Amino acid sequence: MGNTAGLQKEIGAISTFADLAPIRKMIRSCIQCGTCTASCPNEFAMDFTPRRLWRMVLMDQTEDIFESKTFVLCSSCYFCTLRCPRGLPLTEAMSALKQIATRKKLPKFKESVNFYSCFIESVRRHGRVNEAEFMTRYFARLKNPLIPLRFAPLGVRLMMKGKISMLPPIKQARPLESIFRSVEALEERK
Amino acid sequence: MKYQYYPGCSLEGTALEYNVSTRALMESMGVELLEIKDWTCCGASAADSASYFLSLALPARNLAIAEKTEDVTDILVPCSACYLNLKKVEEKTKNNPELLGELNSILGPDQLELKGRMHVRHLLDVITTDLGPDTIHKYLKRELTGLKIAPYYGCQCLRPYPVFDDPELPRSMEPLITAVGAQIHPWNMGGKCCGASHVNTKPDVGLELVGGILQDAKGADAIITICPMCQMNLEAYQKKISRKQNINLSMTILYLPQLIGFALGLSQQQLRLDLNLSITDSFRKKLT
Repeated sequence: MGNTAGLQKEIGAISTFADLAPIRKMIRSCIQCGTCTASCPNEFAMDFTPRRLWRMVLMDQTEDIFESKTFVLCSSCYFCTLRCPRGLPLTEAMSALKQIATRKKLPKFKESVNFYSCFIESVRRHGRVNEAEFMTRYFARLKNPLIPLRFAPLGVRLMMKGKISMLPPIKQARPLESIFRSVEALEERK
Repeated sequence: MKYQYYPGCSLEGTALEYNVSTRALMESMGVELLEIKDWTCCGASAADSASYFLSLALPARNLAIAEKTEDVTDILVPCSACYLNLKKVEEKTKNNPELLGELNSILGPDQLELKGRMHVRHLLDVITTDLGPDTIHKYLKRELTGLKIAPYYGCQCLRPYPVFDDPELPRSMEPLITAVGAQIHPWNMGGKCCGASHVNTKPDVGLELVGGILQDAKGADAIITICPMCQMNLEAYQKKISRKQNINLSMTILYLPQLIGFALGLSQQQLRLDLNLSITDSFRKKLT
């Protein structure tokens, strides 16, 4: 129970109805047939099946949704979207849930959320992704020395091949700054 | 034949050999590629997990720049993730003037305007639809007889927009493989998911998917890919998964243009086979 109260506090900023409303609209005509679950390559690792997750969205069970790791386990293979007999944009609905977790920086999903945000910040700074810089910042943000160790052997192989460089990227104009600002402004208005 | 060219970030770093071999293959078949000027990141899979409008605005910027080159309306994209991000903007703005207006309000301050004239094409689409096995035959220098190839398509060039192949049971690479004289490894994993960025954020899940693909490829001489993320997932973790599953899963992983390019007489150096992370000794012997 204490756990739920903590989560409630974390996601307190989610005014449940408003934040889930666009997603509820996307999947409103779900008939709970389970084709999405049967098509999902990551279902074996999920705590709730995709079908059940959609039911939870329709029932507005916000806490359970953000307590579960189902939506961050979506790898965007689009099998469910392709096969859904109602033609619902299920992969997009999964992304919309990820967007809420990223926007609210929910600690439960910090690995995924930090991965996405470090990537995006690198793009904002340079216009293109600098893989070494982005991964270095990701590791720094996670504050867990075991995670960089997991990547070290691959990092060394890639460096030996000259595919990534540890040199800091050359300072350059920020070609995407104005786009990022306009997007932020537009999303605030929405 | 002329296309605008969007290489994408991976092709300048971890997938350099995909860039080099795509350019070399296209040149050897008389295709001209015009790189989009000052292109920027398409948002990869990260933008879509952070912000809906950002995930459309980033690719839209590149399409708007490409539209300035008026006489060439097809953009060739080798990376499946970049392809889908750019394609999404093409598809979503088609009958949605409101969205087009919103994207243009984002691009406006940079003096860019998207009209929706560009046609986004995956490298595999261009090779199968516009060039085809006949063109490959015309330029063929060495037959790759004795090689058994497992074609791996991954997800995002097939779904959610089925453009040039069956999104459930893709087969478009098969005539290309037989055109270079190689055999097809029959398998069911061609259109299955490699786990994408799960390998980074949820390795147990990601490596499970990669392991399934490598196991089903047993008996083939190589898997060929058409996406930098699929390529990296399939080639970089073979030892780790082999140890975990106590089975030897080492397998050569090549990009499609490296395989076709070799048959068209390009050298291993021209195709940068030295940059691949997994080419087995027995495969190298078969190439010489």
